[in-house]
Amino acid sequence: MSNSKKYLQEELIRISGVNPKKCMRCGKCTATCPAYDEMEYHPHQFVYMIESGDIEPLLESESLYKCLTCFACVERCPRSVEPAKLVEAVRLAAIRKQGNNRLTANDIPALLDEDMPQQAIVSAFRKYTK
Amino acid sequence: MKFSYFPGCTLKNKAKDLDNYARKCAEVLGVTLEEIENWQCCGGVFTTAKDEVATKLSSVRILKDALKKEQALVTVCSACHNVVKQTNYAIQNDKEFAGKVNRYMAEDEYNGETQIYHYLELIRDVIGYDKVKECTVNPLTGKKIAAYYGCLLLRPNSVMRMDDPENPSIIEDLIRAIGAEAVVYPYRNECCGGYVRLEDAKLSDKKSNAVSESAKKAGADVIVTACPLCKYNLEKSGCEIPVVYITELLAEALGVKEDTNE
Ligand code: SF4
Ligand code: SF4
Ligand code: SF4
Ligand code: SF4
Repeated sequence: MSNSKKYLQEELIRISGVNPKKCMRCGKCTATCPAYDEMEYHPHQFVYMIESGDIEPLLESESLYKCLTCFACVERCPRSVEPAKLVEAVRLAAIRKQGNNRLTANDIPALLDEDMPQQAIVSAFRKYTK
Repeated sequence: MKFSYFPGCTLKNKAKDLDNYARKCAEVLGVTLEEIENWQCCGGVFTTAKDEVATKLSSVRILKDALKKEQALVTVCSACHNVVKQTNYAIQNDKEFAGKVNRYMAEDEYNGETQIYHYLELIRDVIGYDKVKECTVNPLTGKKIAAYYGCLLLRPNSVMRMDDPENPSIIEDLIRAIGAEAVVYPYRNECCGGYVRLEDAKLSDKKSNAVSESAKKAGADVIVTACPLCKYNLEKSGCEIPVVYITELLAEALGVKEDTNE
């Protein structure tokens, strides 16, 4: 593994607090994930791809923006791996790059309707924008 | 009894009923909610990354204000509750994070001392269901009500500690206390799609429909929630039965709901 790859891997493990080595590949996280159909890489794949250093495809993946932060995979993993924390770490690594914001203030008017709660907008900004 | 209270920004705007009835019902039940001064939005979702510090400071300030007043903190919005509680837990359990947070704070250190109650916990653990029964002047007899927990109230349970995350009863117990029938259905703790509605409305519609169909199939007349985004998503996706805030339903039973025509 190249140095920069190694560094990114360590960074993701450090900021997520997740130890991917605890994973026993049972797939329960993925089975319970409500965004399963829309995800190209599923929660268990985030875990093993980060463990093996295959991180580039995750950084580029639309899956990052389909995760609902519902914590189902965190709650139901029998080994307390907490995959959502890795998804979050990769998403941050992606959107923290300059020019990589997924959502900007200019996008909001087209998405608004009269009943939309403020909560939807601030939450989306937390997840999609730095 | 007095508690510090953090309503959050949605309850000041699109979810005014959730806030208004929470305060009114608390008064009837003998509790005063004192709103924290100059609070700021919690951000709606907790960022689990340990190196995200600045985004969590608004929650820390709220927790510190309650501590200064020597009061426990009450929240109503499920999202606010999740963010504030997860922030407090991180301060208690991650020394490095707590250190970074405290370097931003001008005065005393904060180490996670404040006790946090969601409104539902305030009723269960402080007020008690017996008191609710006693104060119910308009029992909702015969109404079939489905509790929608969503994700944020219950998960992650290692932090939230509200109820059994897979088989909760805290809302059902309240529904029964006001004389109605609680409808238990499989999707009550599954996600409605949350903020992903802005990114992928179809995904959110699909998730929300699964919830409302599940409640309807189990025979519910109405769904109750404590989350403005859950309510919005269910309604937006064409839910055929009404979705109301838990505090509004409680206000009806306690006889403090405005222009009730039932
Ligand atoms: S938190 Fe994200 S990855 Fe985990 S189950 Fe929910 S949607 Fe799937
Ligand atoms: S549920 Fe946990 S142990 Fe099983 S595959 Fe997912 S992360 Fe690994
Ligand atoms: S959850 Fe929403 S309403 Fe509650 S304060 Fe936070 S952003 Fe605002
Ligand atoms: S169900 Fe949806 S809106 Fe509700 S708490 Fe979960 S993510 Fe939030």
